[in-house]
Amino acid sequence: MRYLLMALLCLMPMFAHAGEAQDIADDPVIEKRMMQLAEKVRCLVCQSEPVSNSHSDWSKDVRQIMREKMKAGATDQEIMDLLVERFGKSVLFDPPVDKETMPLWLAPFVLLLLGSAVLIYQLRKRKSRIADEPSISAEDAQRAADLLK
Amino acid sequence: MIRFILPFVIFVILSVFLYKGLGRDTREVPSPLVNKAAPAFVLPKLSEPDQKFSPADMKGKVWLLNVWASWCGACKDEHPILMELSKQNIVHIIGLDYKDKREDGEATLQRAGDPYTLTISDVDGKVGFDYGVYGVPETYVIDKQGVIRYKLIGAVNPENLTQTILPLVKELQAK
Amino acid sequence: MIPELGHFSLIVALFLAATLGTLPIIGAARNNAVLMGVARPLAYGQMLLMSMAFAALAYAFLNNDFSVLYVAQHSNSQLPAIYRFSAIWGGHEGSLLLWAVLLSCWTAAVAMFSKHLPQEMVARVLGVMGLIAVGFLLFMLFTSSPFDRLLPAALDGRDLNPLLQDPGLVIHPPMLYMGYVGFSVAFAFAIAALLGGKLDATWARWSRPWTTVAWVFMTIGIALGSWWAYYELGWGGWWFWDPVENASFMPWLLGTALIHSLAVTEKRGAFKSWTVLLAIAAFSLSLLGTFLVRSGVLTSVHSFAADPKRGIFILTFLVLVIGASLLLFAWRAPKIGLGGKFDALSRESLLLFNNVLLSVASASVFIGTLYPLFMDALGYGKLSVGPPYFEAVFVPLMIPMVFMMGLGPIARWKKMALPDLAKRVQWAFGAAAVIAVLLPFVGGKWTPMIALGLLLGLWIIASLVVSLVPRLTGAGTLTQRIRKQSLSYYGMQLAHLGVALFIIGVTLVKGYETERDVRMNVDDVVHAGGYDFQFKGVTEKEGPNYVAGIGRVVVSKDGKPVTELFPEKRQYNVSGMPLTEAAIEPGFIRDLYVSLGEPIPEADGAWAVRVYIKPFIDWIWLGCLFMALGGVLAISDRRYRIHKQTKEQAA
Repeated sequence: MRYLLMALLCLMPMFAHAGEAQDIADDPVIEKRMMQLAEKVRCLVCQSEPVSNSHSDWSKDVRQIMREKMKAGATDQEIMDLLVERFGKSVLFDPPVDKETMPLWLAPFVLLLLGSAVLIYQLRKRKSRIADEPSISAEDAQRAADLLK
Repeated sequence: MIRFILPFVIFVILSVFLYKGLGRDTREVPSPLVNKAAPAFVLPKLSEPDQKFSPADMKGKVWLLNVWASWCGACKDEHPILMELSKQNIVHIIGLDYKDKREDGEATLQRAGDPYTLTISDVDGKVGFDYGVYGVPETYVIDKQGVIRYKLIGAVNPENLTQTILPLVKELQAK
Repeated sequence: MIPELGHFSLIVALFLAATLGTLPIIGAARNNAVLMGVARPLAYGQMLLMSMAFAALAYAFLNNDFSVLYVAQHSNSQLPAIYRFSAIWGGHEGSLLLWAVLLSCWTAAVAMFSKHLPQEMVARVLGVMGLIAVGFLLFMLFTSSPFDRLLPAALDGRDLNPLLQDPGLVIHPPMLYMGYVGFSVAFAFAIAALLGGKLDATWARWSRPWTTVAWVFMTIGIALGSWWAYYELGWGGWWFWDPVENASFMPWLLGTALIHSLAVTEKRGAFKSWTVLLAIAAFSLSLLGTFLVRSGVLTSVHSFAADPKRGIFILTFLVLVIGASLLLFAWRAPKIGLGGKFDALSRESLLLFNNVLLSVASASVFIGTLYPLFMDALGYGKLSVGPPYFEAVFVPLMIPMVFMMGLGPIARWKKMALPDLAKRVQWAFGAAAVIAVLLPFVGGKWTPMIALGLLLGLWIIASLVVSLVPRLTGAGTLTQRIRKQSLSYYGMQLAHLGVALFIIGVTLVKGYETERDVRMNVDDVVHAGGYDFQFKGVTEKEGPNYVAGIGRVVVSKDGKPVTELFPEKRQYNVSGMPLTEAAIEPGFIRDLYVSLGEPIPEADGAWAVRVYIKPFIDWIWLGCLFMALGGVLAISDRRYRIHKQTKEQAA
């Protein structure tokens, strides 16, 4: 009996809580999907913020529209297409790979290949152009190091 | 030794782009709706909510759709210019009261005058979204076939009115 | 009167800078010791005058002199004194002044710490820095003087942007600018060497410590900026790939490349033309950053009010400085020698390959940032490039870089045998891989990205151990062994460890953060990541120049109280701008982060509240701190104090 009372007393603070906080979103799954998608949409009235991180009214509206469309069963792609149709391609933070953005997406990797190729070429060329320098013995190297100290 | 001049060449090309970029307006987003049919909708009029308006009602006329709201500061700047324009009776101006309380919108028109042929009320902003509205005020020029021919983001001022909007309206009316 | 004195100081400083930019360089060309000798006094004089100008503006701000236009635009009598001071660099004109002041300080520092350098080198370096100062002073005096008067004076000022009223932003811009401007020293050394036609290992040795100092400042500056974004913007994000952030990140990447390639040039006298080009490019990107922020060609949260006239001016300046130095490079570089020999497989070649990766990374950020501008200029219409692009491109570039970062310190200079190296690192790599695969299971969620991130971080740490152990074992006591290693070795390892911590921090926070966006009545509880957050309502409180709603959130874990958090929602009196101040309980393994949203309409005392658990996020900034400390250790190395020793020996 005493244990039961103690157990009850321990539980008391729990009862004092008014309750579990409710998620703002009606549907957390859709909310999460919406926020992920909204990260890829540029807020047009802000300077350079995604809709997901913006306090602006316009972004709130877009988020609301996205929620509604998702509830109505639209796919992410359909929602993006709708936004592009209304506001143009510049709402996309993640530009789709097409003719206009090909250089953008390829450039880093082309540059990497080019840079590596040039480096390897240069390293090889150096090797052939620098005649074997007189190799210094460990002793000489030590003496040189001592002199520099 | 061409490869040593390469950095300079790249830089020169880059500067040309930077120079061209200087004058550009980064905030303005060209509307993809230009030269497309104005999205259809049915909305109640601001003063008489039982009466509805639809863009189809304007078939055969060139008209301006002006998106405004009582809470919008720049709208107050363009208001006198719209008043002036409406007196000249050149073109129909339809006002779209965007995301605004009905009574606030009406109060604004009573206080500052009503330049609109009629005003419709878009309380939840759904129609505004369909038109790609993202900054109020915005003004659309719509032709006789119901196609959007021009979209102005920001306030109407004497310069863009006389140089862009009115010439376009006249041209469209002549067609 | 005081503001006019400030303006006058700028004019005199301009004359000094112009003299500094001409006479010593002519002197160096004609071998005229008198002309070269004026460089140092001019550098000191310029710093004195710039400091006077800065003091004059500070005086105007601290005394609320609203007859000065810039003060009226960026301050207010209600503003606390510390922010009235930091408001000096809260806008375009003042931050430009800060740039020029710091440039004069760097110039004077070079004048002071270059006693052991040949006179003509000093003359040329200071001269080049003087020429840069001329450009900035002309820009300030002609288009953007912070001392312009407003007549009649305003009754009160328009207030500093509330976002900038923050302790982090008191020190972030000066740090960042110290970095930007500091790269001018490496640049000046490079130009001086090109002018003199003497590009050798000594040149690399001289510019190395200066480059590292600038890089340290920049690292701290960028880290502070990201930390500020984390707690001030209320979304828990810490990097947004915003054009202005990118503008600081690009020179940082190139600066990092420069530090490494200077190592090869100093050691082997090799790839000198590449190193020179990097020094020019790093500073050019600093200048370009200023242009991007101030000309309005790109959209950014942080950009200053755009003014095409200013844009033209900076662009002209940019073209003159960068164009001239690249032409000089094209003229002189072909005559630069090849340097010493090393194998295609050696620490040198690893460093150089890392250079390629860092430069490509920097170029990618550059292309991504400017691509919308290119497309627009070519008439393809508008498009945006944002975080998804940068993340997609950046990660693949970082993987080989980090891999080589682990190999570099182990690999031998000049020549290494691949099988030998492989034998030394195979256990390190294996251990890192096993832990990286298993550890995410402990966290409760396994994704390839988490495992990959952990692998990269752990690989650096493991290879560090491989490098350290043989050096610390063997003959002598441990203390002797520890002391035998050079400070620059420890500096390098510390900086690399910083990168490892940074990567682990980013990986874990991305992989395991918990976020709840909830509607809370008073006394409601939200559970997140094992913690209970109880909302105790919002009380109103008046700040010096704002009214704040301060929420109280009691955090407990398993019934035991952990902490109380007080997130704020402020409304600033003058601008009427609302601002969220997140409340953070920082920790070594997790941050608790609470920020207030909006009050819920028609609900008594209920608010929207965002709660985040951010595991290991502070490792991101800890990593940056380690990188910076590593830089500090590296320049403390006695190698760079060689002149002191020779002097002592001579005495």
